Amino acid sequence: MTVSNADNETIVKSEPGSSSRVFKDFFSSPGAAIGFAVLIIICGLAILAPWISPQNPYDLMQLDIMDGRLAPGSESMNGLVYHLGTDSQGRDILSGILYGLRTSLTVGVVSAIAAALIGTSAGLFAAYTGGRIETGVMRLVDLQLSFPTILMALMMLAVLGKGVTNVVIALIIAEWATYARTVRATALVEREKEYIEAARMLRLPGWRILFRHLLPNCLAPVIVIATMQVARAIGLEATLSFLGLGASVTEPSLGMLISTGYQYLLTGLYWISFFPGVALLITIVAINLVGDRVRDVLNPRNAS
Amino acid sequence: MVTSIIRRLFQALFVVLAMTVIVFIGVSVIGNPVDILINPDANQVERARVIAHYGLDEPLWKQYFIFLRGLAQGDFGDSFVYGRPALGLILERLPATLELAIAALGIAIVVGLPLGLYAGLYPSRISSRTIMTGSILGFSLPTFWVGLMLIMIFSVELGWLPTNGRGPTLEFLGGQWSFLTSDGLRHLLLPALNLALFKTSLILRLTRAGVQEVLPQDYIKFARAKGLRERRVIAVHVLKNLMIPVVTIVGLEFGSLIAFSVVTESIFAWPGMGKLIIDSINLLDRPVIVAYLMIMVLLFVVLNFVIDICYTILDPRVRLDSKA
Amino acid sequence: MTTPLLSVSNLVTEFGGEKGASGLKAVNDVSFKVERGRVLGLVGESGSGKSVTGFSVMRLLERPGRIASGQIIFDGVDLARLSNEEMRQIRGKRIAMVFQDPMMTLNPVLTIETQMVEAVRAHDQVSKTIARQRARDALGLVGIPSPEERLSSYPHQFSGGMRQRVVIAIALLHKPELIIADEPTTALDVTIQSQIISEFQKLTEESDTAVIWITHDLAIVSRLADDIAVMYAGRLVESGPVSSVLTDPKHPYTAGLIASVPSRNRRGVPLRQIPGMTPAITMLPKGCSFRTRCDRATDECLVVPPLFPQQERFVRCFHPVMKAMT
Repeated sequence: MTVSNADNETIVKSEPGSSSRVFKDFFSSPGAAIGFAVLIIICGLAILAPWISPQNPYDLMQLDIMDGRLAPGSESMNGLVYHLGTDSQGRDILSGILYGLRTSLTVGVVSAIAAALIGTSAGLFAAYTGGRIETGVMRLVDLQLSFPTILMALMMLAVLGKGVTNVVIALIIAEWATYARTVRATALVEREKEYIEAARMLRLPGWRILFRHLLPNCLAPVIVIATMQVARAIGLEATLSFLGLGASVTEPSLGMLISTGYQYLLTGLYWISFFPGVALLITIVAINLVGDRVRDVLNPRNAS
Repeated sequence: MVTSIIRRLFQALFVVLAMTVIVFIGVSVIGNPVDILINPDANQVERARVIAHYGLDEPLWKQYFIFLRGLAQGDFGDSFVYGRPALGLILERLPATLELAIAALGIAIVVGLPLGLYAGLYPSRISSRTIMTGSILGFSLPTFWVGLMLIMIFSVELGWLPTNGRGPTLEFLGGQWSFLTSDGLRHLLLPALNLALFKTSLILRLTRAGVQEVLPQDYIKFARAKGLRERRVIAVHVLKNLMIPVVTIVGLEFGSLIAFSVVTESIFAWPGMGKLIIDSINLLDRPVIVAYLMIMVLLFVVLNFVIDICYTILDPRVRLDSKA
Repeated sequence: MTTPLLSVSNLVTEFGGEKGASGLKAVNDVSFKVERGRVLGLVGESGSGKSVTGFSVMRLLERPGRIASGQIIFDGVDLARLSNEEMRQIRGKRIAMVFQDPMMTLNPVLTIETQMVEAVRAHDQVSKTIARQRARDALGLVGIPSPEERLSSYPHQFSGGMRQRVVIAIALLHKPELIIADEPTTALDVTIQSQIISEFQKLTEESDTAVIWITHDLAIVSRLADDIAVMYAGRLVESGPVSSVLTDPKHPYTAGLIASVPSRNRRGVPLRQIPGMTPAITMLPKGCSFRTRCDRATDECLVVPPLFPQQERFVRCFHPVMKAMT
């Protein structure tokens, strides 16, 4: 065992040792604990949606146009109670929300993870190789970060066309740069440390230095950004769907539900837009509460 | 100073060029340029004419230069929907968007800065904690949904304010402006509030963080040790230091406000650039899309440039660095 | 005997804690006097509470710090009981302060002129022109070349030594009766240190200003101060005239401090160290705080010793060092 490895071992080993502290710290904040619990429930509801929803909102056969725009608590012809009312096509809002959460969470998580993978790899690669490649990658990152996410997403959708899949792609392209910048900054600090130098002197293969030495040290900020990014992505997907650029009318996401309710809002039929919005809000607030706390807990400055 | 301005000018120019390449690649390589540039309803003769006009039979690099030449002349092609030059369509709607964004920014500063200052100066007060919790909500609330709720409460339920449109406008500096008429102002209020919500939270949190960073500094203590009144310590010593990050953010966020106005404009049927671009994406009115993107790129580059210069004026330390 | 300019008695400064509950005592039962025109060296290691004592006198404690009890009588008035506005009128006017790090003391985004003119006008209602003249004269007084031009500079355009001169100029603007100098030379190069100390000495002697010089450097104290007060872990352990305390320390801690200063006269003799570390204020030993590091400690030291008067001096020790070690 070499000195450099021993050094690295202690670093890696200190992680699981401190993980119980991280958990304890995390749940010491009531806001974060509530947020986490709510998030678990929301995920559960989203996963179980096909089994617990009163109806399948995407199955047009199950929808009865005669039940359209019923107020919350109304009863349908066949005895089904619409607790949160129905939309213009007779779709049960509660079912729509449960299925919509599936879409929202999937879009949020998939785009955040994919952007994290791409961004982290790019950032690590840039920091490790240095030189012209680094300059090139970072210029691209700077360029992208000087434009707001929604503009990047609009740009992508203008080129790719509408649809949920394209929204995910647009979100990934719009968000990867944040990870790349953070990871590179962290990796640059790590790169200068002795143990990396020692690993290089030992002629350890490049990938090994990258993944065993640099990567673990960049994980904390990546996790923090990713948590926040899920919330941002969900909000953005809803926004884009609301603008009619995302989900289709037949398979509405939360944003699309809100959008279809928009025109009825003026005539006082509030529930079509209101309840999906509340679901969206609760989801985003819960993730932000968790993310806020994760950031505080993982911040080395606070971990004294 | 001058050299650094020139250097930044070149950087800005480079960014614009880079973005033209990206937009060009997006439009001409990823998408099908024939579909993009030609109205789907056009007949064969028209198709052939446009292909020749845009040089779509030419090699790519030549096409790019044709594209660039068009940009330089402000020629983005005619809108399929309106049958008029795309650039003119957008510039016509610029005042509406500018007005909305400026009003929103004004609200965000007027509300966010004092509240952030207060929350930073008295962090342990219950009122401060309430403000901070409120700002998390402001961050999390989806803008478009808040817009709907504003309409529901203030227009539908209370009937105080109009739901959509700009109301009567007056001509000023070659554009049509709502804020010059009282009814126009009433139309402006809800959209501006809606657009301001997120930025208010942002400025609030930024100000608070800044205050908490500046307050423990020795120079604040020393200012007090000189016997200055608390009012002067806050208004001069704390605020002047705060202005540097706040001005930077305000400048950057102004661009983001214009980009995010697409959402607010769609909800309140505010006839600005944002509403136009969403309609254009939905109708595949590509010349307008390209024109919009390029104008936004230009806007952001100019904004970044202006912020850089403001920054240099505000922070004497940077000024020295650029001299060296 | 005349009444002293400043008389601090039984000062307790706590961090945290509110009415009823007591917080951490950063300054614990500290008493000392400063006569007009005299220099008191307030000595201690970092964390001994010497700076907090200075800030307590200025009433510039940051939350959650607060003066829990005790009196700070300045020219017959108890500063601890003044209203905020009354205290403000004294700050900078009758009691001025010089801080440790000149790089941090001046506001980086305001010109020297702004920072000096506002200091003048905080207490004297004069026009900006007159305030500016006074600022310029003050800069000249502390030896800053071409003060007229330097007024419009920003702090970062000055070197550390020059900045500290500016700070001293600001402190002297209103010819205060007392200056609290909190390690004003620690952050400076040695040669600059010496210049600043001489300058300071000259200016305060001329104007008969009293000084509390807070430092950990016994060499400076021996050169500058008339009296010395030694603090350890928030308590005053020894005080008296500099000449007698430094040559004949009574408290084992003072003796240890003096022995650990390198000296030309003791070349070749290994430097003595005080064993152990300064305890954190959160976990002080019971009784005498120095007990655990003291070779003279007995069971008697399990209670806090009072300040024993010894001629013109005070020592907080049951077993004071008896003979001078020269």
